[in-house]
Amino acid sequence: MSTSLSRRSFLGLSGAVGLTAALTACGGGTKIGAGSSAPASAAPTFSGGEYTGPKVTLDYWNGFTGGDGPHMRAMLEAFNKEFAGRIEVRNVTRRWEDLYPAMPTAIAAGKGPDVAVIHNDWVGTFAARRTLLPLDDVVSALSLSESDFIPAVWNAGVYQGKRYSVPLDVHSLGDYWNRSHLEKIGLSEAPADRAGYEDALAQLKKAGIAHPFWMPNKWPAHLMFMSLLWQHGGELYSDDGTRALWGSEPGVRALSWMVGQIDKGFSPAQVAQDSQYAAFKNDKVSFTWDGIWQINDLKTNARSLQWGLGPIPNIGGSAAVWSSSHNFVMTSQAGKDPHKVQAAKFFVDHMGRLSTEWARAGMIPARNSARQDPSVADLPQIRLAADLDAFHFLPPLPGVGDVQSKALELAVAKAVLKQASPSEALKEGVATADKLLAENKRKYGQ
Amino acid sequence: MSLLTRARDLPGAAEPGRSATRTPRMRPWTPYAFLAPYLTLFAVFMLLPIAFGGWTSLHEWDINLPAKPFVGLQNYADLFDPASVDGARFWTAMRATGIFTVASVPLLIVLPLLVALLMNGRFRGRNLYRAVYFAPYVLGVAVVGLVWRFLLDGNIGLVNHYLGLDVQWTTDVPAAWVALVGVTVWWTLGLNSVIFLAGLQDIPRELHEAAMVDGASAWHRFRAVTLPGLRPVTVFVVNATILASANMFGQSYLITGGAPADQTKTAIYLIAETGLRQFDMGTASAMSFVLAGCLMVVSALVFGAFRERSKP
Repeated sequence: MSTSLSRRSFLGLSGAVGLTAALTACGGGTKIGAGSSAPASAAPTFSGGEYTGPKVTLDYWNGFTGGDGPHMRAMLEAFNKEFAGRIEVRNVTRRWEDLYPAMPTAIAAGKGPDVAVIHNDWVGTFAARRTLLPLDDVVSALSLSESDFIPAVWNAGVYQGKRYSVPLDVHSLGDYWNRSHLEKIGLSEAPADRAGYEDALAQLKKAGIAHPFWMPNKWPAHLMFMSLLWQHGGELYSDDGTRALWGSEPGVRALSWMVGQIDKGFSPAQVAQDSQYAAFKNDKVSFTWDGIWQINDLKTNARSLQWGLGPIPNIGGSAAVWSSSHNFVMTSQAGKDPHKVQAAKFFVDHMGRLSTEWARAGMIPARNSARQDPSVADLPQIRLAADLDAFHFLPPLPGVGDVQSKALELAVAKAVLKQASPSEALKEGVATADKLLAENKRKYGQ
Repeated sequence: MSLLTRARDLPGAAEPGRSATRTPRMRPWTPYAFLAPYLTLFAVFMLLPIAFGGWTSLHEWDINLPAKPFVGLQNYADLFDPASVDGARFWTAMRATGIFTVASVPLLIVLPLLVALLMNGRFRGRNLYRAVYFAPYVLGVAVVGLVWRFLLDGNIGLVNHYLGLDVQWTTDVPAAWVALVGVTVWWTLGLNSVIFLAGLQDIPRELHEAAMVDGASAWHRFRAVTLPGLRPVTVFVVNATILASANMFGQSYLITGGAPADQTKTAIYLIAETGLRQFDMGTASAMSFVLAGCLMVVSALVFGAFRERSKP
């Protein structure tokens, strides 16, 4: 008995090891797109116009699982119908947090996407990982230029002198409010400045809302922190990507304001993941900061809730809000077939032109010209784009996502959960971040 | 075949000369031929991956980067260096794994044993109760995790609402440990109960009857008959439960998300995150080997403990 048991436990033990090892095995042949003879060179330069090659099938990955999903699917259906017999686009939608880890591995195995949509702050990381192929010719075919875009979005697509992405939209945090709560204190929308906001919170509490503004410790807590950091005049990382700057005085003030909401009793302590948004939908919360991608979710899943949306208030002195952008990219998997390269470029070109249509999914068109189009002017998110200078983005440093999750997000969580004071949490986080930045610098050989 | 062989080995069962001609002696490679399919699978799906994992752990192995430089034992050295980012995170995760294992294993042994003793009795509706205790086990971890995450939410969850409590089950320790252990016990108690029940039914009734005749009380019979009779089953259950608890991942991933901060992020959780989210397979493999080493030591200690007790 005991021998067979020890074998069994041994197998159990090795299972843990084997799982990891087996998964590493998938990454064995990972030279795709990494070699000096990039297969994409076989395809002629893209200069616009329709795809004329034999029929190809493109695998297309994106993370539009929320209220934006149906709009993307409708756009794809229209595309597949229009180009039936020439290009077939197969859609794979999975949550962003699952998509990013899966994508490079799947591409290495030849089972990933040919084209995908990724966020602007991932472009640098994936370009450095040779997961993407350049799209300079698509951009010139689209006659896109920096002057038509928010510079940060435009510049995020360039890595080591080559363009890897075509921006589709911009999205940011917004301030959602509960109309019926605000009516109780005689307001029709959320105050835009610090004094007004804090005053409104105090009045809401007096009016019987036990906790009008819940402070999350996880998502989107770090997005709130970054917005407030920029508002106080701080910066995230040094230009050369070697030092984290978010532990500075503006960072401490930003995080202290967040923790202060709990101390003043506006927020319950230790709010669990997603609770603040669920509570907002359940009519318990007066204000919540969340992404504009929730617009369609609120419209469909909280029909009885009367809500409004505006820019997040200016707490720190200068208007600033965390923003991101969805970007079309072509992967090294498509690069194995010249026809796919052409078809993928055509697809990106075509979809990139539909940004006003995409705006109906709750996003802000990335192009200035599309944003100013009268057909989108009435959409609720467009007023958030009144001040383009307020939009702040994560810098396109390769590997910045790891630094954010291992250091910045943890520091914010520790402070909000009262495990450390804001300054201690940030100090500890910055020390970790600096080590990771140095590692990234070496790893990606910038 | 073994029966035949054994019969031949009995003294006088067959004459040596004749048996060799009638039933040809087994060729030396025959057992290996029978073992070959299993050995092949074992080699391909166990030994090779383990060896490959070991090889990976000696490299800075990033899935997508073409260069995978050999770094020797650097990944291991980093884990044991408290000043390194991965070292600090790893030992926090090992601590979380240890806390969960120490807190959950005794409950997952004692409670199922009690349940099994009750279920072993004769009463109406016995099968229904057996099914009730086993039912949660058939649920997947995703279902269990999502359901309990919302039930346990400190501010909008039903548990606090009905119990009139203000406990942050998913964002505070030790409450989060109570929640994770409680959910795991509720979820997996049925399996160990069934194994104990099978063990109880294997203990011959005569032993109990003999003890009763000798005037032993119920408690004495439990200590002198039931427990020793269950010993082999208990060794298995203790070891399997320790390993299962040490491999806990889904519950903290889904219910607490590792919160508060990273305090309930277990070792497997961190290994998956490091290898599959951050693509750092070298470090993840090194972590796996350290964890596996620790678990082997624990398993050895458990066997040792049970052997010692069996000495009179």
